[in-house]
Amino acid sequence: MENGAVTQSEGKDPSGFLSEIIGNPVTVKLNSGVVYKGELQSVDGYMNIALEKTEEFVNGVKRRNYGDAFVRGNNVMYISAD
Amino acid sequence: MAEPRDETSGTVSEPLDLVRLLLDEVVCVKLRGDRELKGRLHAYDSHCNLVLGDVEETIYVVDEEDEEDVKTISKKSEMLFVRGDSVVLISPQTVSF
Repeated sequence: MENGAVTQSEGKDPSGFLSEIIGNPVTVKLNSGVVYKGELQSVDGYMNIALEKTEEFVNGVKRRNYGDAFVRGNNVMYISAD
Repeated sequence: MAEPRDETSGTVSEPLDLVRLLLDEVVCVKLRGDRELKGRLHAYDSHCNLVLGDVEETIYVVDEEDEEDVKTISKKSEMLFVRGDSVVLISPQTVSF
C-alpha cells in the first residue's frame, strides 16, 4: 500500500498548526461548553494545554480570570486561533 | 539525546511543566461534575493524578426548578488523592472572584 505512508509534503498536519499558533491568543472550547480565552503557552500530544492570562466563559458569561491554566487534553473540543 | 531538564528552572515547554511549577503551591483544580478543589499540590503525574494537602472541596449544586439558584457544598480533607481522569483544569489559586 503506497498510501500507507503518505508524507505531509503539501499542507500541514494538525499538530503543525498547533505549534504554529503558540504564543498567540486562542479560544479553547471544552466538551462541557466552557470556553477559555488566553495566550497559548504550550500544547502536547494529549492536547493538554497551558494558557496564560486566561479568561473563563460559562454560557458566554465571563466567570473568572486565571493567570496560568493547565487544561487536561481529554476535555478539549477545539482550539481556535483568534 | 534528551535535553537535560532542570527541575528548578521556570521554563514551560510542555503543558505539564506548568503543573511542575505549582508543586508545593496552593492550587485551584476544576473537576468534572461542577467540583473544585483548593489545596497544596504535593505530587502529580502524567495522568494528572494529584495528591493535595489541606484541601477544600466545593461542589456546585444547581437547583432543579430555579437554575439561577446555585448552592455550594464544602468539604475539607487533610490529604486527598485525585484520579487524573476527573481533572479539567489546574491553576494557581485564582486571582479574581
